[in-house]
Amino acid sequence: MSLKNWLYALSATAALTLPAVHDAQAEDSIYVPLFTYRTGPFAGSGTPIANGMHDYLTLLNERDGGIGGVKLIVEECETGYDTKKGLECYESVKPKKPVIVNPWSTGITLPLIPKAAVDKIPVLSMAYGLSASAKGDTFPWIFNPPATYWDGFTQILQYIATQEGGGVEKLKGKKIGYIYLDASFGREPLPLIEQLSKELGFEAKLYPVAAADMQNQSSQWLSVRRDKPDYMILYGWGALNATAVKEAVKTNYPMEKFISIWWPSEDDAKGAGDGAKGFKTLNWHAVGADFPLLADIQKHVVDAGKSQVSGKDKVGQVLYNRGIYNSMLIAEAIRKAQEITGNKVVTGEDVRRGLEGLNIDDARLKEIGLEGFTSAVKLSCADHNGHFSTFVQSWNGTTYEKVSDYIAPLSDKVGPLLDADAKAYAEKNAPWPARSEACDAS
Amino acid sequence: MFYRETGQFKQSYAADQAVFPILQDRLGLALILLVAFVVVPLFGNEFLLASVMVPFLILSLGAIGLNILVGYTGLLSLGSAAFMGVGAYAAYKLSTIFPGVNILVWILCSGFFAAGIGVLFGLPSLRIKGFYLAVATLAAQFFLQWCFVRISWLYNDNPSGAIEVPARTLFGLAITGPSATPVTRYLVVLVIVVVMTQLASNIVHGRIGRTWMAVRDMDIAAQLMGIRLLPAKLLAFAVSSFYCGVSGALMVFLWLGAAEPSAFDIKLSFLLLFMVIIGGLGSMIGSFFGAALIHILPIVIRGLPEALGLPIAAATVEHLTYLIVGALIIFFLIVEPHGLARLWQIAKQKLRVWPFPY
Amino acid sequence: MLYNIFIDPFVQMVQMPDLLVQTLWEGLVSGVLYALIALGFVLIFKASGVFNFAQGIMVVFSALTLVGFYEKFSAAGFSGHTAAFVALILTAGVMFVLAMLVERVVLRPLVNQPDIILFMATFGITYVLIGLGEMVFGGDPKQMIASELFLPSGSVDVEMLGGLVSFQKIDIAAAVIASAMIVGLALFFQKTRIGRALRAVADSHKAALSVGISLNQIWVIVWFAAGLVALVTGIMWGARSDVSFALEIVALKALPVLVLGGLTSVPGAIVGGLIIGIGEKLGEFYWGPLLGGGIESWFAYAIALLFLLYRPQGLFGDKIIERI
Repeated sequence: MSLKNWLYALSATAALTLPAVHDAQAEDSIYVPLFTYRTGPFAGSGTPIANGMHDYLTLLNERDGGIGGVKLIVEECETGYDTKKGLECYESVKPKKPVIVNPWSTGITLPLIPKAAVDKIPVLSMAYGLSASAKGDTFPWIFNPPATYWDGFTQILQYIATQEGGGVEKLKGKKIGYIYLDASFGREPLPLIEQLSKELGFEAKLYPVAAADMQNQSSQWLSVRRDKPDYMILYGWGALNATAVKEAVKTNYPMEKFISIWWPSEDDAKGAGDGAKGFKTLNWHAVGADFPLLADIQKHVVDAGKSQVSGKDKVGQVLYNRGIYNSMLIAEAIRKAQEITGNKVVTGEDVRRGLEGLNIDDARLKEIGLEGFTSAVKLSCADHNGHFSTFVQSWNGTTYEKVSDYIAPLSDKVGPLLDADAKAYAEKNAPWPARSEACDAS
Repeated sequence: MFYRETGQFKQSYAADQAVFPILQDRLGLALILLVAFVVVPLFGNEFLLASVMVPFLILSLGAIGLNILVGYTGLLSLGSAAFMGVGAYAAYKLSTIFPGVNILVWILCSGFFAAGIGVLFGLPSLRIKGFYLAVATLAAQFFLQWCFVRISWLYNDNPSGAIEVPARTLFGLAITGPSATPVTRYLVVLVIVVVMTQLASNIVHGRIGRTWMAVRDMDIAAQLMGIRLLPAKLLAFAVSSFYCGVSGALMVFLWLGAAEPSAFDIKLSFLLLFMVIIGGLGSMIGSFFGAALIHILPIVIRGLPEALGLPIAAATVEHLTYLIVGALIIFFLIVEPHGLARLWQIAKQKLRVWPFPY
Repeated sequence: MLYNIFIDPFVQMVQMPDLLVQTLWEGLVSGVLYALIALGFVLIFKASGVFNFAQGIMVVFSALTLVGFYEKFSAAGFSGHTAAFVALILTAGVMFVLAMLVERVVLRPLVNQPDIILFMATFGITYVLIGLGEMVFGGDPKQMIASELFLPSGSVDVEMLGGLVSFQKIDIAAAVIASAMIVGLALFFQKTRIGRALRAVADSHKAALSVGISLNQIWVIVWFAAGLVALVTGIMWGARSDVSFALEIVALKALPVLVLGGLTSVPGAIVGGLIIGIGEKLGEFYWGPLLGGGIESWFAYAIALLFLLYRPQGLFGDKIIERI
């Protein structure tokens, strides 16, 4: 009997978890899974990103009938920002032959990095994940445009320098505070900070915030009061951002000197009230819905009830547009792949080539309906990141406004670190496969 | 009818004291092993192996470890995930310092490191009891997790801050890394789990296990009977942490493939504890049942709408999963507070007299 | 090294007394807030012996319900203070229904089971509340309707000791409301009939039953009281950061507070909260930099552990007497 029970249980499990025969395997469609997190403690950031990604791809289906005449099968898999669930999602979408995956969590990206080459599924970890994966020669299957966290840090430093009225040499003697999530994401810039503080002569003050204490930062901000740094840099995520802004307002820290990496949303600043005006973050794309493409999304997707956005005002928010940008990269990579191979239905291998040949110039942006939305994107076989310029935007109480020009990263400082890291990664994970994928000259 | 022990006479004390004294049980066990070793690898698809069975077995091993502490010795611990982390980081360090030695050796050795740390944090258990002890083990949980983030030596200064698993082979077959097939990983995990379960079963059925149970039922009484509490409790911590450590190492090396410190957060500790409680405190098979309920059930629920072709958004499915799992936990506790293992026993009792119950 | 550990922090304290005052104040405020969460645990543990793991999610759930109701009202064109207070009352009603459901569905069938089983059952409640809460309210973080509830914002800056010490009005309000709540609960326990019944139940279930106290009724009341405490906690924490499921993590901080004070003691929860709150702020601020900062996550547990080694039943817990 025990056997019988066991077999029943087993067959039931197998039957239920075996992915049902799905349209995805049909010949005339492209399967694009989206790993999203609309649940859990980070849902506040995850939901707008998920909506943006989903709505853009849905628009292509609704308005253009897919890409190049091929329908996209867009399917969300809920990760809850949890590595284990994310891997489960990966395994469950794998049999359906996805052409690309977006883990949307550094924790999920890391285990996928070695798998990507074996499973032939490119990984797009947009401005998160492993910075070193910018090196296409070592990581042919991983893409992390448009900038790494190191690039972002040097961009913030340069912005600070221009505020001081000059180049990076103006940083000399300044005191710069760095408040960060005490996990791999926030700790990543630490070696860079150490090096740059020596080279440029500024003093760095570190304020780590443990993940469990994200909403409880008063001691860090007390230390800020004691140390009185000239500028504060924030690398946070989820509730950490909102709390940091509130605490900064509480301690009367001058907001115009408080600059964050690109992850804070409107909600993070709004909670702190008027005091948060002047809070700054990096960004590489526009905020707001004044683009033909977003108008189309409003018409074909949101008004048609095919979106999950909770209100019209959500379209065009920072993280929504971040999702749009992510999906634009996916769509353009698929289009490029179709162009390179001449096939309508492309595979993961094709899309990898499409990503390497990705070249979205201003003309193309205009065609898409996103003129002026972001700067041109061009990737290559060697450079899977692009290290594109970003700009600084400032919170005015209702939305973010662009307040600086595009700032290029200090590639001469970041480049060697990146090379060293990619090399170290390959060595530590020896035998790391050498790149065998040919490069399409573009 | 099928499950009757009439006529099975025992002719020696050894036979009478066997873990499985009834023939049908032994046959059943053999069949389960047959299914696990042959049927599942042959017929299971990749998803079943990689996302259901491997995690299930690894979590079961962790649950067995925790069950030794909570179920057999009566010491409530909320730090098991941290001990799993110690195992994982130890295995990682050892495998990078001595890359020549087979990875399986290091996975098993990592248990000793976890055991050492476990004993250290088990010391307060002599004085602190019950829920108070649970909070003392929380100190271990948070402190060790902080160490995993802060001590960059532990992860070889990787800029990602995570431990990454290099590709390693056994008899020329890849068992870790990207090219290890789910079948290989499954079989490796299965062998380790089966052997370690057998060992644990022997320990808890022997003198040591009885000592632990005496301590669990009332430690002062046990002390008066001549059981030395310090060695007994610390041994429980050591063995328990050993199992957790190996399970943690397996988790990183054969399941996840790379892990950030957050993989060993408090949530995992709670999950393990719940597996133990809902499976059945002080029961080996209960640990497996508990792991199945907590790990496999949500996967099944998540898969249902798609299998039935219901168009429900992924997020809604997740919410429903939480609702259903929560409701089922309460339901099972009300039906049988002593866990699924007890339900299993009742089922067997009923089966004995079936179809003519008296 | 020794200098850094034993002398330098105190030198700093003396040199910058304004910062010391500020640190103590921050510690006091977070201590009060921890104490509030711990209070919810203690209430339930005292009356039913249940270690209520769901207290953290009840904080989130009640705050979300409050904001959710208010959003519904303002969508219907009815906003302002009245709407906020109607929402508050409705939320209290929801917490009452929740208490009844918990008692009816979970506690009653599980009466007389071992502690750990009841603990497990509250985990089931947690799962249900997470699923329900996210399904109804969505996962977006929400703004607490602080000003609508007459909670002040801004700060009072006092010049003292050669520096500026700023007291957030919301923190002052939190401290005042928490103290009022604690006094109210103490009066309720000491002076009312139900309060006396509660204490009787806490002392002995059987004796209480034999003098005609309905355990079921008491449990509903206690869970309702814990729900109200959760609501107040949710409002306060929500006003300090925002209302989202991340708040659940903060509730874990109540655990060291709880064991430090003793699981069954209301004053213990308060004293424990203050010790942990002030201890961890001082620790992080003055000694944290020695370890690279961020030690707050485990420092509270270390403090609790030290106290426990000295007193295994917590500072105010009932003495554990073991007999054969």
